[in-house]
Amino acid sequence: MSNCLLSLKDITKIYPNGVVANKGITMDIHEGEIHAIVGENGAGKSTLVKMIFGMEQPSLGEIRLRGEPIKIDNPQKAIDLGIGMVHQHFMLVPSFTVMQNLLLGEEPKKGVFIDNNKAMEVTKQLSEKYNLYVEPTVKIRDLTVGMKQKVEILKALYRGAKILILDEPTAVLTSQETVELFSKLQLLKEEGHTIIFISHKLKEVKEISDKVSVIRQGKFEGTYNTFDITEREISKLMVGRDIILKYDKNPPKYGENILTVKDIEYENDNKKILDKISFSVKKGEILGIAGVEGNGQNELVKLITRLMDTQKGEIRLNDTLINNMSISELRANGLSYIPEDRMTTGIAGDGSIADNILANRILEDEFTNKGLLAGNKMKTKTGELIEKYVVKCSNALQKIIDLSGGNIQKVVVARECSVDLQLLIAEQPTRGVDVGSIEFIHHQLLEMRDEGLAILLISADLNEILELCDNIIVMYEGEIVAYFDDKAKVSEEELGMYMLGLEKHSPKNIRRAFNE
Amino acid sequence: MNNYKIFEPIRTAVAIIIALIIAFIVILLVSDDPIGTMTILLVGPLKATRYLGNVIELFIPLAFTGVATAFLFRAKLFNLGAEGILYICGIIATVIAIKLKGYGILQAVVAIGVASVVGMLLGGIPGILKAKWNINELVVSLMFNSIFFGIGFYILNNYLRDTDQSLVASYRFVEPGKLALGNLVAGTRIHYGLILVLIVALLSYVFMFKTKWGYALRMTGANNRFAYYMGIKTFSVIVYTHLIAGFIAGMGGAVEVLGMYDRFRWGALPGLGFDGALVALLGKDHPLKALLAALFLAYLRIGADIMARSTEVPSEMIAIIQAIIILLISAERFLAKWREKQLVKEAK
Repeated sequence: MSNCLLSLKDITKIYPNGVVANKGITMDIHEGEIHAIVGENGAGKSTLVKMIFGMEQPSLGEIRLRGEPIKIDNPQKAIDLGIGMVHQHFMLVPSFTVMQNLLLGEEPKKGVFIDNNKAMEVTKQLSEKYNLYVEPTVKIRDLTVGMKQKVEILKALYRGAKILILDEPTAVLTSQETVELFSKLQLLKEEGHTIIFISHKLKEVKEISDKVSVIRQGKFEGTYNTFDITEREISKLMVGRDIILKYDKNPPKYGENILTVKDIEYENDNKKILDKISFSVKKGEILGIAGVEGNGQNELVKLITRLMDTQKGEIRLNDTLINNMSISELRANGLSYIPEDRMTTGIAGDGSIADNILANRILEDEFTNKGLLAGNKMKTKTGELIEKYVVKCSNALQKIIDLSGGNIQKVVVARECSVDLQLLIAEQPTRGVDVGSIEFIHHQLLEMRDEGLAILLISADLNEILELCDNIIVMYEGEIVAYFDDKAKVSEEELGMYMLGLEKHSPKNIRRAFNE
Repeated sequence: MNNYKIFEPIRTAVAIIIALIIAFIVILLVSDDPIGTMTILLVGPLKATRYLGNVIELFIPLAFTGVATAFLFRAKLFNLGAEGILYICGIIATVIAIKLKGYGILQAVVAIGVASVVGMLLGGIPGILKAKWNINELVVSLMFNSIFFGIGFYILNNYLRDTDQSLVASYRFVEPGKLALGNLVAGTRIHYGLILVLIVALLSYVFMFKTKWGYALRMTGANNRFAYYMGIKTFSVIVYTHLIAGFIAGMGGAVEVLGMYDRFRWGALPGLGFDGALVALLGKDHPLKALLAALFLAYLRIGADIMARSTEVPSEMIAIIQAIIILLISAERFLAKWREKQLVKEAK
């Protein structure tokens, strides 16, 4: 096609650890369009754009820019070619001013010195030209997330970007900020910029994009005119099924409180991260915490699991105060934890499956004899768990990193759920995992609930929350803003309103989450 | 994905071969008989029992420091302190050996025992600093190398020095013609330290791979955040790893001094501790593989010595080979392209 600006041909990316992130992706991006790339977490969207921006090299395949085959060895080359990228996690120097960040490395010079007046002028011009207002002399660390993003966009534009890649730009934004961002993107588009927009929020994709390309588990599922396709159809392509998971659940049989969180507050750098959080989880209950990422859920989990020290408030497990317990004591008292980032905290990649699947009990007497590891017992137990949790692998001594994401997660789930536990903290337990594993893990959680465990489920996936949980808490800016105990009355849309802080329950209703 | 298992050994082998090829090119430039010289370098040590003995003699201290460093590296602690500990524990063994001169086997046992314990305690210092305040163990251990050398040399110069000797050396701790650790193989200077180091390596292997403390150590090294999340007390892992490494390095210092010399003769740091890092690197932080690596390195060094004596190529040549091997093995991206191609093939 004549106006095809950037085309990817049969792009495959395999990481040195054997993970196949992208497989045979072919995609055309035309000049002046907003092109959304959608896919579930871990589908390989970020890897794909990292290759366009030169941060990763494709293992196979070809990238063409205006019909010319090009090799983008590094980000500098991408920038020289007019490609700019705004990363999900901002690449800014917090202690530098907006101006310094914008011009970093390409400052206007007077002799060997930076020409500050000129720099100021350039910054202002840039800001006016693109209608993105920033205060040049404020330090980055004092800015809101939305402002930081503007600086990032300007930074890319200053370096001459005609193609702008935005990696999940709205994940960290409030709804107003998102609206503003979208209007700016439209303006940029009208000026002839091409925008590649990564997201898994379909509503936004529908709203802003001209074309949408779908990636599922590293594979290309096609490019569509956004106008011609419904959200439901996109979601079907993304997950390869109707996104709606349905489970037949037994009615809950609640018992006494297992986890009680009372008046938790947490501050970091004088910023209140958690404010007066109180709730409880009962035996036989799955309590869900919904919320846009970064609203304090992560910190809350870290406090409950003792990865951080509680500053104010009480956390009890079965009436025992755990504020000062060590992690091993806490685990011995029946807490299990599926961490959100399995690669950095859920497994030791160099270890074998056996090393990983038994990690939470290997130091107990069961598997040791006067300090020596009981190799045979370990092997037998690992074998049992592999079978029970359907982990696909060649043998127990295989390196865990060689498994697929879904199987790695099953190892994590197997480890955390096969000990004698009372409370399970499941943080994004199915993120970036294939559909089969998702269903398997969900069934596990429901089964454990029926057996009388208390489960706290933190998830960004509303469908997961609504399907699995008995009761739901919504967190917004470090506070509990809603408590639902009758799920029939809530829809994803409604939850969304609370998650974005547009609505809030009365304090009286929120207090019901806390059961004395 | 079996190919992952064979990839690392292939990488090591390729690194060694490339290093040898470059060595050959250098020899080609300076030698009149390059093939003869290269042959001497490669097979020289096999020519005489004495030479083979030299290889084993050098192997012993390299294996001690290599195993010690393997513990640290396995726990992802980049501590290069084996050097200073080796030195000061050599001094401590000397002090005790001089006091216990004439007590037979007791002399060696007490000297090695005390030196090892002192090595353990000294090795623990950077460990506690690291565990408690997260002070960089590399910086601390390098500083301590200088400190331990300074203290050791002060003791040597002011309390142990035999002024009848022209070079810096301590008083004798054995009668002339005898050695404190005896002789294991006639016709060589191989001493009983060999048996000791093999036992230490074997115990280290068992500890690292068959005990729960070794498991905690390996997991902490593989992913310390994961280990912490699992309830492993990473604080104590860091401390006991340092203690063990210090113990082994200290023992190495004592064994080397008592096994090879009649007086303490190191007027400078001998470099054996730093070589331990190379041994651990080549041996992939595995105590038994470290033995192989130490043997390989000792063999190369003795080969180079023989080459230097019988040809015009100096033994410093070996430094080039070592440097290239270290470079290639520690370069993570080396052969990564090849590996990636293999993976692509497999994925198809």
